[in-house]
Amino acid sequence: MSQPVHFHAAADFADRSLAAVNDAGLRRNFRSAMDYLQTKRRAQFTDDGELELLRDLGQAIRRHALANLPDLLEQLEARLTANGVVVHWAETPAAANAVVLEIAARTDAKRFVKGKSMVSEEVGLNHALEAAGIEALETDMGEYIVQLAGEAPSHIIMPAIHKTRQQIGELFAARLPGVAYTENVDALISIGREVLRRKFAEADIGISGVNFAVAETGTLFLVENEGNGRMCTTVPRIHIAITGIEKVVAKLEHVAALNSLLPRSATGQAVETYQNFITGPRQADELDGPDEVHLILLDNGRSQAYADLQLRATLQCIRCGACMNHCPVYARIGGHAYGTTYPGPIGAIISPHLLGLDAAYPLVFASTLCHACVEVCPVRIPITDILIRLRNEAQARPGSADATLRGSGAGRKTLVSTIWRAWSLVYSRLRLYRLTSWFMSRGRALSPIEQGAWTRSRTPLVPAPKRLRDLIKERGK
Amino acid sequence: MSARKNILGRLRRAPVGDPAPLPELAAWRASRPPIADAASALALFRANIEAAHAEVHDTTAQDWPALLARLAAAKGVHTLLFGPTSLHGAQLAASKPAGVQLVPYDRPVEKWRDQLFDEIDASITGAVSAIADTGSLILWPDANEPRLMSLVPAIHFVLLDAQRIHIDLHAAMSAEAWATRMPTNALVISGPSKTADIQQTLAYGAHGPRELIVLLRHANGGQP
Ligand code: SF4
Repeated sequence: MSQPVHFHAAADFADRSLAAVNDAGLRRNFRSAMDYLQTKRRAQFTDDGELELLRDLGQAIRRHALANLPDLLEQLEARLTANGVVVHWAETPAAANAVVLEIAARTDAKRFVKGKSMVSEEVGLNHALEAAGIEALETDMGEYIVQLAGEAPSHIIMPAIHKTRQQIGELFAARLPGVAYTENVDALISIGREVLRRKFAEADIGISGVNFAVAETGTLFLVENEGNGRMCTTVPRIHIAITGIEKVVAKLEHVAALNSLLPRSATGQAVETYQNFITGPRQADELDGPDEVHLILLDNGRSQAYADLQLRATLQCIRCGACMNHCPVYARIGGHAYGTTYPGPIGAIISPHLLGLDAAYPLVFASTLCHACVEVCPVRIPITDILIRLRNEAQARPGSADATLRGSGAGRKTLVSTIWRAWSLVYSRLRLYRLTSWFMSRGRALSPIEQGAWTRSRTPLVPAPKRLRDLIKERGK
Repeated sequence: MSARKNILGRLRRAPVGDPAPLPELAAWRASRPPIADAASALALFRANIEAAHAEVHDTTAQDWPALLARLAAAKGVHTLLFGPTSLHGAQLAASKPAGVQLVPYDRPVEKWRDQLFDEIDASITGAVSAIADTGSLILWPDANEPRLMSLVPAIHFVLLDAQRIHIDLHAAMSAEAWATRMPTNALVISGPSKTADIQQTLAYGAHGPRELIVLLRHANGGQP
């Protein structure tokens, strides 16, 4: 299968994490960003009753959408088609890119502007376009910065969260002709605005993501603060939206409910500057708006998550990023160490379906299971339960009933599985258990001092001199 | 067509989970009753949109063109984009505001894109209604007032009737029956364009308007 170009083998995850935790500057940037986002979110949800009511509702809306997913997708397609929007289906990243390239070839389009779209990152669209000699310019300020730096986003909502204003000032001075160094944020934003303004006016095609697709009305709902999303979906002659098949909701009013959770959970703002409801291309009497609107519905492994009733909850996600903003692991290693399009807790539970568990399994172990993500998730995804399930899948014997996913069993190690097999043998037989524990406590002096990763920062595990049952017996005397 | 068949086929073959009935929004709606008096709704709207860096000015059905002309002059606006076929557009043109050149949006954007991007200082559009809870304006761009009017010029003036304030987006959608008559584009705008993408520092005027100025049109000629 084709991997997005920026995907790094998860096998190197430990190395990248180690490098990240030793990078003091990076640690500082993430720590202050996480503190900022956590504080802002808390300030939005001062009424626990309201928050829990909304989370129940958010969960119910997303579960309802998933329970009816195939029907809602067909309804969405029918409504969009009636509205004049062209709907495409893509099973793989390559197929999604091919749709875009076909539209570009048919219309002789050479210049693309892109609004923030994580799904376009997921499929590696920029790379596919470049390979075809097409310029694809990111226009969200954060995305523009990481594109200019030749990097990938390190956060799904705030792509350049890992950079300081000084680093961005240096980047602009180095890469933009005639631009002098400044670390004044207003000045930096003005520079970005001026550079990109011409690009909007000249673009042939605008690409965007979708926050929610409404089956009832055939509406694409997009939110943003900058206005670049509206530029991309309004100025060019053609607008192509790309999204995962799970992003559909049944009713228009569901958008109102979900969007009272999304911005507050994501960035701790009450509302985004722009909520953009797109329900069709330009009509005959209208003077602007795209002549063609396309929607690409991408599967890319989502139907695998869908096929399992426990893992299906992964698809409830509204991509708010709150789970990563509150994750002690993400806060310390940052987004790039994950090596996947989606980092943090949501990245750990969705990536195994997009890339295969064999490619992504180290991520499901990169969690303390502290539950912070579960507490903040606005649609109540049981992230830690899913992580544990995926850990089991990763270590299942291939071909066994526990190995149900693409790449299950890839994390299985003979030594580890032998130890656990012996453990379950001993613990399920009383006499054997007594005998073993007797030998262990008597032979405690023989415990190894070196216990691999455990003893790297902890004292070695040594059985107690007396077993619990012996202590109880003594007490009873 | 086979990708469609394959994807839908996989979804249809998946096991059926616990029943998930159509979500009940009643409890949420009960917790968000409409604001009893219009003055409080208006005050909340105003406080919230001002907190988002927008300006709000009180005016009347007769006086707003003159107020607009004064504000435009104070802000150094030379060219003001308007929709000549809208009711308020016609009223504005008839008022012949001094010191500002009115530019009608009267042809497809392709015919004058560069001029729109480079030569227009400000625009004036109407708003359908507004939202108190989040300090938001609802715009339904159409042939009279196209989509880009609220996006491309650096200053966006919005004419809003003071009695059209809903508590939240859901209340607005229900009262205005959006689901039965969605326009090609509906917008909810909550302040001037902004970004916090550089080190979480808020900056205004990212790609859309730098300034959002609400002209609050009060009925029966009075101030609030
Ligand atoms: S898993 Fe929950 S918290 Fe994380 S991005 Fe998705 S919706 Fe937000």
